[in-house]
Amino acid sequence: MDKSTLMEEILVVRDVSKHYQSGEKDLTVLQQIDFTIQSGERVAIVGPSGSGKTTLLGLCAGLDMPSTGTIALCGTMLNPLTEDERAFLRNKHVGFIFQNFQLIPTLTAIENVMIPLELKGTKGAAETARKLLERVRLGDRLHHYPAQLSGGEQQRVSLARAFSNAPSILFADEPTGNLDDETSHGVENLLFELNREQGTTLVIVTHDMELARKTDRIIQLKGGQIVQDAAVTELPTTR
Amino acid sequence: MNRVSFLIKTAIRDSRKDRGKLIMFMSSIILGIAALVAINSFNDNLVRDIDNQAKSLLGADLVVSGNRPASEAVRAAFDSLPGEKATEVELFSMAYFGSADETQFVKIKAFEGNFPFYGEILTDPEDAAGRFRSGPYALVDEGLMIQMGLSPGDPVKLGESIFEIIGQLKNDIGAAGISSSFAPPVYISSQYLEETNLVQPGSLVDYAYYAKLPEDIDPDLWEESHRAEFRNDNMRISTVEEEKEDLNEAFDALNNFLNLVALVSLLLGCLGVASSVFIYIKNKISSIAVFRCLGMKGRDAFFIYLFQIFVLGAVSVIAGIILGSAIQVFLPMIMSDLLPFEVSTSMSWGAILEGFIIGIVITVLFSLLPLVSVRKISPLRTLRTGFETEREKGDPLKWAIHALIFTTILTFLWVLTGSLKDASIFASGLLASFLGLYLAARLLMWAIRRFFPVKWSFVFRQGLSNLYRPNNQTRTLLVSIGLGTAVLTTLFIIQGLLLENVSGMDAGNQPNMILYGIERDQAEELARITDSFDMPIIQQLPIVTMDLEAWKGRSKKEWLADTTANIRRWAATREARVTYRDYVDANEELVEGTFVGTRKSPGDSIFISLGEDYARGLDVGIGDEITWNVQGLRMKTYVSSLRSIEFRNMQARFFIVFPTGVLENAPQFQVLVTKSPDIATTAAYRKTVVKAFPNVSVVDLASILSSLNEILDKVSYVIKFMAAFSILTGLIVLISSLLLSKFQRIRESVLLRTIGASRKQILSINATEYFLIGALSAATGILISLLGSWLLARFQLELDFSIRWLPILAVFFIVVSLTTLIGVLNSRDVIRKSPLEVLRNV
Repeated sequence: MDKSTLMEEILVVRDVSKHYQSGEKDLTVLQQIDFTIQSGERVAIVGPSGSGKTTLLGLCAGLDMPSTGTIALCGTMLNPLTEDERAFLRNKHVGFIFQNFQLIPTLTAIENVMIPLELKGTKGAAETARKLLERVRLGDRLHHYPAQLSGGEQQRVSLARAFSNAPSILFADEPTGNLDDETSHGVENLLFELNREQGTTLVIVTHDMELARKTDRIIQLKGGQIVQDAAVTELPTTR
Repeated sequence: MNRVSFLIKTAIRDSRKDRGKLIMFMSSIILGIAALVAINSFNDNLVRDIDNQAKSLLGADLVVSGNRPASEAVRAAFDSLPGEKATEVELFSMAYFGSADETQFVKIKAFEGNFPFYGEILTDPEDAAGRFRSGPYALVDEGLMIQMGLSPGDPVKLGESIFEIIGQLKNDIGAAGISSSFAPPVYISSQYLEETNLVQPGSLVDYAYYAKLPEDIDPDLWEESHRAEFRNDNMRISTVEEEKEDLNEAFDALNNFLNLVALVSLLLGCLGVASSVFIYIKNKISSIAVFRCLGMKGRDAFFIYLFQIFVLGAVSVIAGIILGSAIQVFLPMIMSDLLPFEVSTSMSWGAILEGFIIGIVITVLFSLLPLVSVRKISPLRTLRTGFETEREKGDPLKWAIHALIFTTILTFLWVLTGSLKDASIFASGLLASFLGLYLAARLLMWAIRRFFPVKWSFVFRQGLSNLYRPNNQTRTLLVSIGLGTAVLTTLFIIQGLLLENVSGMDAGNQPNMILYGIERDQAEELARITDSFDMPIIQQLPIVTMDLEAWKGRSKKEWLADTTANIRRWAATREARVTYRDYVDANEELVEGTFVGTRKSPGDSIFISLGEDYARGLDVGIGDEITWNVQGLRMKTYVSSLRSIEFRNMQARFFIVFPTGVLENAPQFQVLVTKSPDIATTAAYRKTVVKAFPNVSVVDLASILSSLNEILDKVSYVIKFMAAFSILTGLIVLISSLLLSKFQRIRESVLLRTIGASRKQILSINATEYFLIGALSAATGILISLLGSWLLARFQLELDFSIRWLPILAVFFIVVSLTTLIGVLNSRDVIRKSPLEVLRNV
């Protein structure tokens, strides 16, 4: 792969397959996945349950390694890296939002947001975290523990944390999957607002087509394979 | 920001809300270290006090002692020493207390001179210690006086003399506390001893010659230069240094036992540490996955939790040290009955430092096992909660930690026992117990799966399946509860065995009373008295004392000087107590040769029979010649037979049996063995005998048993107190494991409640699970203790093995009840609160 090309292409997935050993059986979850995401692009990965969406997200973010094929993230090939090297890369370039928020229950809201900054060794982590929490309208809940916050509030803390280290790419796994419609809209709006402000590349895994259509491009998975990869504008508008 | 300070800050933040969950972890360490520090401090004080008090315990700089008066040569050598001298004659006899009309077997000490030179005889009233030598006065053991309601001014008859009791004796110079249980001491002046007529040929008398030396004389040098010469005369020389060594040696056993108790507490504590940290980390997995997902390195995550555990561990170790230092103040009080002197209670910095180092090492070592898993927790868990890393299974670091733990325990034991062999045996036993319990748990889980009772009620099925489902605590609980049960039950079994082996001596028609020191002209009358009490005369035998002079053509001196000779010193130097009879006793078995019962005519050779152990000790066999000195008269004999002798019941036994027709005219006394039907008869018989023949000693099994019971009670009290540490730590491990397992079960219980399970059903499910865990742990622990006790009884204590089921059943019942109770109490949150309230918090 040409390095100058990689600077533009923030995520390059080439011929990736993933197999799991389930008891005696060899289970193929992903098969020959091949796509590229450009810097600043907003992409939704959709598909029915069990289609391999979350597995693909995990592989792209370097949380797991493919059985075959290669993945390059932010110009770095993930395959030869150790888990700790991938962790370093994530801290530097990647943000996450999870369906079940994944806040650390023993830390307050502001402490949760500070973690990526402190891991990076950024100065003024508390101030940055406070501003971000105010930005997601949680300025009055800085010192609350996750258990003291509602689901929507927890996801907003999660958003603030995801953007705290100004990531180049943000992976969101069903970010509104656990929220009601009204709260979902609020979180979605915030997500896209912050994304615009920071110019972050966005990869969202969802089965919510309405949310998917808010992105630039939709990759559709079925049975572990890409069945469609098209710009939202090229897709027929259905409700 | 500095990376380390960030990690420390994160560790502190992360632990903030969860510190309570580590209370049991802390308690385990606190108790384990408290036991260790308390015991080690006590031991340090004991050693230091022995060092400081050895002189006053011996009472002199040098003592020459033996079971016969010093020979002229010995006496001359002793008298040549400069400085003050004193003598003591010690013998066992009956005492008759007229005012109480009671008799008691006592130890009489008759003093001449100003003994002790160091330390003092403590009496009530205080001046009695100074006065008792000035007339026919006696000091009587404090306990005995209280027991018999005696007071100063009362008389005590010793042999044929009557003494006036002038005070209570509060200490017995040179004797450990427990020896006074067998025969309480009575002190008199030696000038009145002869009048008692208790010292007769063949009486069991010990003689001691004390010297207070000027500073320029080194007692140890003198001892060294005279040792061999004195030993040939059967006299022993003791110095303060030797006394220290003897005391240290004597207390080594106590020291080792206490250390082992500390070790068991500590090991249970370790188990608590490992299981608490294991569950703690399990509860932290999702947080760790998030940390990893956000870019934290595996070793940084490991450091965060290691730091938490280390800090809390260190705090616990310090708390344990404080608690242990406080407890050690009470140990000397608890052990006072077993100690010959007061042990001080000062802080031992050595013990504290040792406790701190061991505490930290153990905390880190046993936490490492669950902690190393942190390195391998995958960030993928943020997306998939059930994700397991397969790499964890083969982690070589875990094997290295296991090996390190075993090596540490082995090293600790080695230091403790001073023997690699003993340490290996104990460590292997421990490992085998762990494995046994672990395998029992695996077997239980397998058996429940394999033979699952599908037709049982929902509640029972649910309770049963909890034992093998994911997040089960079966293995941890079984090992910790089982080990605690094993320790406790072993204590009960061994204590029971000791008592039973002694009391079994009285069973059936076995004799239970032995009279000795009977003079020849008293024998007939004594037989009549015995008969009048309707008691059988099981044995009535003469005893003649003699000295071994030569055998197999070499004198005793030559034998003793020959370091290559295959002989035992005890056999060569002991005063021989010989009987003569024309039959082989029922307790004996002829193993070699022919038993010659009678010498037909005075000119015939004398054929004697020897006990096989004694013959082995002298390295003699059939046909070998032995020469005896029978109170001045030389007598040549030949070994004609060897006997094995049964030592189980209460009878007089003789290593050397002469034929009749040889010793009839030699100075002798007799021994009579009988059986008393009950305690009342024993008391009345004893009183009659002592009144008629004050020189005759009556030893009855009932009083030996009661003395032994008393001693065992004292010892078992100490054992139980110390075992309480183990039990308490075991209990903490139990509560810790069960409380933490609550977090595994609570979500399921809440879900069951949500979908309609009643309180009773939830309680029954939990009760079933914990009842089974408790029952199997207790049963396996008891099995292990039975095996351990059998091995101990068979190979170490040489006792007959039998089981008293009542205390074992009690242990079983208590362990099962406690486990079930604590397990059920775990569900109280689920039952008391609404499901919604609980669901929001899990």
